Formats: sequence, C-alpha cells, structure tokens
Amino acid sequence: MADFTMTTGDDGVAIITWDCPGKSMNVMSEAGFGALDDCVDAVLEDDAIKGAVITSAKKYFAAGMDLNTLAGWKARGGENPARVIFDGIMQGHNVLRKIELAGMDFKTGKGGKPFAAALPGTALGIGLEISLACHRIFAADNPKAKIGLPEIMVGLFPGGGGTTRMVRKMGVMGASGYLLEGKTLEPAKARAAGMVDEVVPADALPDAARAWVLKAKDADLVKPWDQKGYRMPGGTPYHPAGFMAFAGAVAMVHSKTSGVYPAAQALLAAIYEGALVPFDTALKIEARWFTHVLMNPSSAAMINALFINKGALEKGAARPAHVPDQSVKKIGVLGAGMMGAGIALVAATAGIGVVLIDRTQEAADRGKSCTEHYMDKGIRRKKATPEQKKQVLGLIRATTDFDALRDVDLIVEAVFEDPAIKAEVTKKAEAIIPQDATFATNTSTLPITGLAAASQRRDQFVGMHFFSPVDKMMLVEIIKGRETGAHAVARALDFVRQIGKTPIVVNDARFFYANRCIIPYGGEAHRMVAEGIAPALIENAARHMGMPIGPLQLGDETSVDLAMKIMTATKAAMGNTCPASDGDKVITTLFEAGRLGRKVNAGFYTYDETGRRTGLWPGLADHFAVMEDQPDVTEVQHRLALVQVLEAVHAFEEGVLEDIREGDVGAVLGWGFMPWSGGPFSWLDMLGAEQAVGICEGLAATHGDRFNPPALLKEMAEKGETFYARFTPAAPASA
Amino acid sequence: MAQDAYIYDTTRSPRGKGKPDGSLHEVSAVRLSAETLNVLQARTGFDSADVDDVIWGNVSQVGEQGGCLARSAVLCSDLDQSVAGVSVNRFCASGLEAVNMAAGQVMGGQGQGYIAGGVESMSRVPMGSDGGAIAADPTLAMKVCFVPQGISADLIATKYGYSRGMCDEYAVQSQKRAARAQKEGRFSRSVYALKDQNGLGILDHDEMIRGATDMQGLSTLHPSFRDMGETMPGFDRIAIMKYPVLEKIEHVHHAGNSSGIADGAGAVLIGNREFGEKNGLRPRARIRGTARIGTDPTIMLTGPVPVTEKILKMNGMAISDIDLFEVNEAFAAVVLRFQDHFDVDMDKLNVNGGAIAMGHPLGGTGAILLGTLLDEMERSDKETGLATLCIGSGMGVATIIERA
Repeated sequence: MADFTMTTGDDGVAIITWDCPGKSMNVMSEAGFGALDDCVDAVLEDDAIKGAVITSAKKYFAAGMDLNTLAGWKARGGENPARVIFDGIMQGHNVLRKIELAGMDFKTGKGGKPFAAALPGTALGIGLEISLACHRIFAADNPKAKIGLPEIMVGLFPGGGGTTRMVRKMGVMGASGYLLEGKTLEPAKARAAGMVDEVVPADALPDAARAWVLKAKDADLVKPWDQKGYRMPGGTPYHPAGFMAFAGAVAMVHSKTSGVYPAAQALLAAIYEGALVPFDTALKIEARWFTHVLMNPSSAAMINALFINKGALEKGAARPAHVPDQSVKKIGVLGAGMMGAGIALVAATAGIGVVLIDRTQEAADRGKSCTEHYMDKGIRRKKATPEQKKQVLGLIRATTDFDALRDVDLIVEAVFEDPAIKAEVTKKAEAIIPQDATFATNTSTLPITGLAAASQRRDQFVGMHFFSPVDKMMLVEIIKGRETGAHAVARALDFVRQIGKTPIVVNDARFFYANRCIIPYGGEAHRMVAEGIAPALIENAARHMGMPIGPLQLGDETSVDLAMKIMTATKAAMGNTCPASDGDKVITTLFEAGRLGRKVNAGFYTYDETGRRTGLWPGLADHFAVMEDQPDVTEVQHRLALVQVLEAVHAFEEGVLEDIREGDVGAVLGWGFMPWSGGPFSWLDMLGAEQAVGICEGLAATHGDRFNPPALLKEMAEKGETFYARFTPAAPASA
Repeated sequence: MAQDAYIYDTTRSPRGKGKPDGSLHEVSAVRLSAETLNVLQARTGFDSADVDDVIWGNVSQVGEQGGCLARSAVLCSDLDQSVAGVSVNRFCASGLEAVNMAAGQVMGGQGQGYIAGGVESMSRVPMGSDGGAIAADPTLAMKVCFVPQGISADLIATKYGYSRGMCDEYAVQSQKRAARAQKEGRFSRSVYALKDQNGLGILDHDEMIRGATDMQGLSTLHPSFRDMGETMPGFDRIAIMKYPVLEKIEHVHHAGNSSGIADGAGAVLIGNREFGEKNGLRPRARIRGTARIGTDPTIMLTGPVPVTEKILKMNGMAISDIDLFEVNEAFAAVVLRFQDHFDVDMDKLNVNGGAIAMGHPLGGTGAILLGTLLDEMERSDKETGLATLCIGSGMGVATIIERA
C-alpha cells in the first residue's frame, strides 16, 4: 500500500489521502514523494478531475520528514553524498512546485486545477510545507493540533520549500518567529497568523475543502510570488526597510546563538539569498543550504541527541523489558520545599494524585501553592482554564499526616540533603506505604546505596535526581543503588514518562553522572580565576562555545556555600587522593567574604537591589590579580569543555553510564552542555579521538593530570574509532 | 621608469551640514564635484590635455552619485572631454586612496598629470543607501562578526581604556582648534567660496564648527550606539565574540565626539616634474610614500596604527621623522588610539581640528585632509607630514608628503 492513495468522487474532486501503513503518524519518505507525485500527475492529466484535496486518514496530518530518508540519502551518496541529498531535495521541490503551478497555462492564466490541503490535526515540517504549496489550507478546529515548522529545534531548518514560501508570504520579520524559533500554533492562531486560510469543524473538513475546489477561480490558483509585480512584504534585502530588517535579523540571530548553530546560519543565508532571486531559483538555493546543513556534523549530532536518542530514551530504551507497565496513579512527595513542590506540580499537571507532606501544615500548604501560582500564570497566559486549575489543585493533598500515604504507588522523597533526616522519613514512610510501592529519593549528591541502608526493601529503593526548576528542566536522572531492582527502575521510568520528561538511568557513584561532570566545570573556572585569567574571558569563552551560562554565573546560581560544602565533603571522602586546587582558595575567599551567590545578591557577580546581575565583582581582582597576558580563548574553551567531557568518559569507562546516548542526551538536557555538539561523546566523535587525545595531552602537560586522556579514548584514537560506531546499541532510528 | 609624484595644488569646497537644512543640500554631488575641478583648474591654469584622469573618491555610489560620478563630474566641468574619470570607493579614505592611486600612476610612468580627490553629498545621498553585503548577508556578516562603526569605535575605547571624559575632552579640543584655525584664516588657502549659476554666494566657510563647545554641554548627550549595542539587535555581544576578554562595551561616543555628517568635496592636482614644467607650476610637495592595509573588521577602525607602521617601514622612516599628522577624526577614540600608540605630541596632531568639528563628507575627506596638512606644513614651515584615515570593514590608508 502506498503512502498516498487517491479516489475521485462524482463531482470530479480527487481526494488524495496520506496514510503511511503501520505508522501512527505520517512521515514523508522518498517513496512517499513518489506516491504523491503519481497522484498529482493523475489529477493533472485526467480531464475528468477538476481538482484535488490532500488530506490524511490519521488523526494527525503529518509529523514531518522521515529522518531515515535523510540519513539514507547521505549513506547512499558514497563519495559524494551532497549530490544525492541535493537531488533528493530537488525532487521533493519539483512535486510541490507541480502542485503549486496547478498545471496552469500561464500565458492564458487558464487550465489550472485547484489543490486544497485539509489538515485534520497536527501538521509539522514537510506536512505544512506540502500545504503551503497548495492553493488553500483548511484546518480542523482542533485546539490540540500544532501547525508549524519546528525543524530549527533539532538542528535543521525547513528545507521543503517552507523557508522560501513563508518568507514570501509574510516577509522576513513576519516569518522569523516560525522559521528561526520554530514556533508552532494551534489552528485558530495559525489562521490569525496567515499560516492557514480556514478553520472549520472537524466533521466539515473534507467537504469544506471539496466545496472550495469546485468553486475556485483561475486567479485563486496563482500564488502572489508567481504574479507579475510581486513584492516581498517588508522589502527585500536592498530595499531600505528590508535592509534594516535583514541586517537586524542577522545580528539578532548571531548575537543570540553565539554563531555556533550552523542551521540558524544556513536558514538565514537561504532567506537572504532567496529573497534576491525569482522563486524557482530561491528553492534551488534553499536546497543547497539544506544540503549543507545535512552534511554538517553538528546537525547530525543535534538530530541524534535531541530527536532520535531522546525519543528512544523516552520510549524506554533503558527500561527493563520484562517488567509490565508500572504507571502510577498516586504518589507521595516527602518534603514540600522547592524540589518537592516542583515534583508535586509536574505530577499533578500530568493527572497524577499527590500527597504532599511536610513537617508543618503551613510548609505543606506553601509547597502546594507553587502549583496554584503556576496554574494562575497559565490562566493569565491563556494556556490553562480555571476549571483545569481546580482539577489540578484537587489532585494535591497537602498534609503532615504520613497515614495519607497508605495507597500511593511511589514515594518521591525530597527532604533536606542530610542522610539522617532522609533515613528518618524513609523508615517512617515505609511503615505505611503498600508493599509493592517504590521509594525514590531525590538527591543530587548523596550516594543511593548509602541512603538505601535505611530501607527495609532495598530492591524497591531507587534514586531520582530532578533538576531545578523542576517544571522547566526536562531531564530526570534515575540512579540504581547496589540493590535496586528492575521493578523499581521500571516504576521510576514509567513515572518519568507520565510526567513527560526524559530519563537516563545510571549506576550509583559519587555525584552520579550530571553533577560529576558539572562540578569540575565550576572547579576549572575557579582554578582559572586563581591563575589570573580574566573572569570575563572565562564567562565569555564558555558562552561562546554554547554553554547556556558561564561557570562563575553558575556558581552564583547554585550558591558558593554549596560549592564550599561539596569541596569539603570531597576532601573528606577522598583524603590524600583529592587533587589540590588553587581554585579552592577562590571559593574560600568568596565564602569568607559572605559572597554566597545570587541568594544574597553578591557572589562572583554584583547585583542591584532587585536581584538583577550588574556585572562581575571587581573586588575579585584584589584577591586574584588578573594577568597582563591572557591565554587564547580556544585554550580556555578546551579546558572548560574537556574537564566536563573527560568526566563523562570516565563515567562511561567505570560503568556509571551504561549507554553513551544517555550520556549525550543527559548532558544536553541536564545542564545544557553545548547543544550544537549533541553531547560530550558526540563532540568527541566530531573532534576525532586522535585530535581529542592530542588536545588532552597538551593540556595535561600544562595544567595537570586531570586532563590526561582516559585509556578508552587513547585506545579509540589508536584504532581510529568513534564512540557512536563502537558503542551504538542496535536501535531503530525512526521519526 | 620610476618618477616622483608632486602635488601642485589642492582645493576644497567649504563643508556644509549634511542634513536637509545644510547650506550645500541644494547643490548636487555632480555640481559640487565639477565646481571643485573648475576651481582647481582656475587656480593653476593647467591644460586639460595634460591631465589623464580624474580619480574621484565617493562612497555611496547610487542615485546622482552613481553611474561613474567621476566621469559625470568631468563632463559637467570645464575640463576637456579627453580627461577620463573613475570613481573609487575605499569608504572613508576614498579621497586619500584616489590621491595614492594617482601618485602610483605617475610614479609608475602611466601618464603625467592626474586630479585626485572626492566628494560626498551626505544630505542628498544618505550614508548606507548603497546597501552592502557585509551587514545583510548572513554568511559574511557572521563570518566577520560584523558590527556598525559606532560599536567598533566604542569597542576601541573599551579595549584601550578611553573614557567618555577623555573622548569629550578631545572633542572640545577639536572644536577649539578648528574655530581658531578658521578665525585666523588658516583654511583660506584651500577653501573656495561656492557660488550658484548666477555668481551668488552659497557657502564660503565650514559651517559646522562650534567653538563654544564645552565639557558640560557634551556631557548631556546620549551615547549614540548604546541601544543597538545592548538591546536591539545586540551588537555588543557580537563584538565580544571577537574580544572575549571584555565583559561589556562602554558606549562613550555620541554626536558631539564623533565626526559630523557633512557635504563637501576636495581635489588635489598631482603630476610628474614634466607636468609642472609644461604648465608653469611649481610643486608644493612631493608624495614620499603611500600605503594601505586590511585589519580586523570587527574593531574596524584601528587601521591608522598598522598602516602608519607599514608606511614608515616601507620608506625607512621613524615616527619621529614626521612633523605633522592628520588622523581623521571619525570618532574620538580613533585619534586617541593613534596618539596613545605612537605617543605623538598633541601639538603635532590634527592641529587645526578635524571632522569632529567640521564634518566628514565620506568620499571627500581624504583629499581635504591632505590639503589641510599641506597648508599647515607651509604655514608653520614643517618638512614632512602624514595623513591617515580609519576605514569601514577594517582597513587603513596613509600618505606621507614632504615639502618640495
């Protein structure tokens, strides 16, 4: 069965139905383009057919391109993959352009056949791009449907004519939110934005489109850009208004992205160059840049991390397969502080019942009020209704009474990071919760096996590291203690799936995975300050390589006393094996000066009375003089990146990480590790093990043993291997 | 084959305010150019037949400044049609680049006489109206970390530590020096009085000088580039990508310590010895050397320093061999950087003020600068002078002249 099939009614309107066999959502493949092309040819060639409606037999119209098709082009290309990719894209353009030109005789303006798109639901990427080639777009009034071009979010840009058509429809400023930010809209808003033409009740959808096809006039079939005298809204690049728009857009994107995202750059180039030439040439230019992006290792890495591997982990790649569904109906959250309140919020908004416990009713209520504020904000932004608020709040019971935990499926313990307090509530809860309930402890630093000592059923005891703020951070790190059982892991994973977050599963070791990597990032920056490297250079070097915030700012956010605590604890735990660092003096200096970070409005940065950062603290230079000759920014960046990346490799070597995909997805989602790189392992692959080893050896010679290349990396350098070639689990890559 | 290139004379129009209420706004760029050529011929009486070319600097070559303005200017003037014309664009240094090109032709034996100079009617053809890929083409703009000149000037000030106060003090000095020079008639050797087709006067002096400028007055001015730098579209972050050691950009430049937008033209008559002999002219100066260089396009305006080092080296000279300097006052920080780097005595540098006081008609300024330098060398009896300008997209141009 082909992806597109066609039937023609008595009225002469062909219905082209998209229905990829065996898939829950339509995705476009090379064969799909072929099938669509056949249908379009049939419409244009058959005199009995008056026009066509393109629709879907599924709830969604389409989710986008089948990424396997893109990967397939690349793989098939042999010596010259760019040629195969470019030709493949152009073939797609030709099909869409055939629809758009409608078989019309442009000399007479007659003989064209109308094509209407009828979208029953979500239409993303190529789904919208096909629609944009049609002469009118109808969408069902389904408020849950998403319409847009989100390609930029995964390191691509709309390469199926969406870039060229949207800019010609809306102008560069008008289209920029949809192309550059990947903003998607529900149908009503998409119509207001001019992205679709009509929104109709779902049951009226095919008939409305069919009726339009029957009454469409010749003039309706000519796109503005195919008419004489077409002018791009807002002007082309060398039109006075257009110049400001283009120069402004370029600067804005450059400034926001630090220039590390090739897709953003290629998208802008396609927009700019395309705006200066006729439509068909613009499509060719778009195809050249799209090919360029597909050939770029960063794009492939981002697709892998943010789409394929993230998706695989969300679908349970790390889940013990033999354990049946462990979805939860009700959870208990112990501790209603910032983390507990956040966990209660994400659970309740996912429809899960929550018993939120703290020592006083007041504290428990305060935790619950977080959800109330969150829902109020949603109502103000028209993303939630008062009914939804009532429903969500109704799911949370704030109490001091442990008896309320009698029927929970899962406990998430989020009390103060103190083993004694954690042990106390563990015992107290286990005395009440059902036999098969799972006990998860939310901790960012305390070893799980140690905490499990307080438990009577250690196979049901698991670590669950949420990131702050819980409602925004997408990653949850699940930690297996020495005795944690498959059932507990499955329960934790199923809960994470229910709340719509992405899990990684790691083994128990000091700081688990995420903190193990992120703590040295700050530590290296502290050493640099002690060496006399300008704090601004440290912060800028980090941001310019794509870290979301500089390490010193991160220190202020997570607080200097925490760094002090970690430092002291690490020294206590490791004793003489703990490497000495001059960076410790930096933390001690700040700590003793009472500059504990953002929470006291003073740290590495200075703040005004409203808590806004005003600049780096100049007083730091009095303690640690800034050197006259500053190092090259690349060296600073290598130090800040590799100090994290080498920890990731060590974690993998030591078996803390079992799957490099978890290492990469966890890094990008957990602490925003250089998203363009696709994660630490993907970055090492991009760099090549041999080069990475070379850089490490250079850094180790100057800066110390912590940069010594791990044995695994050295071995891979000798063998010329990459992580993804050597360690990829056999998993299907599908969109 | 190598010959000496001499300056036989220079002249310039007065500089008018480059806005619709400026005195030269009513005069077209072609007429302003043609008048300047006519005045030069009238002052020296050269024979058109001995002039090979008019090399004419001009930046915004669109509209009335388009279509090879140089040739249009020749045809509009009283020069013979046998004189060719070529427009050249080296942004702010176009006028000096024209001089250097002409000198190069003469030195290389390709002709005897040239007129070099340039014009800009900024009130009529606004700056930027010729577009330009470096700002709008993402591939290029991102590759070079493009920022507008004002951000570059503020970047220089930040990197080298020139405060708002230092820039304002320099601006006050420029105004005072220009006012004094004007009052004492130091510009009168070069500036001609521009008249209309009926012989009625339009403008006979640089009209933008404000000798009464003081620190207090300047302190009220809003930094011109802060908004585009810090908020929309955020050029400061782009500048910091190239200069990551800086935490932020200090926005010190404003309308009062940056060059004014102006209308104006300048021309220089250049030839070999034979040209002078044939036309009965005594050379006023010899062009000792010329140089040009490319520099980082983001900080953009630091070119005068390396191009001066280059021209000195090319000519076996030291900075101490130069008696007088003209460094275009595009922005205060550009001159401060030059002074700071070479530790030049302020009494030798821009002694009659500059573009901060009198305005900067882009394509014309280079030729005007050289004329001002030569006039002052004669007035104060100095032997050697150097003129240099900072340039868009990161370049520098310099010329050394000595009294003949």
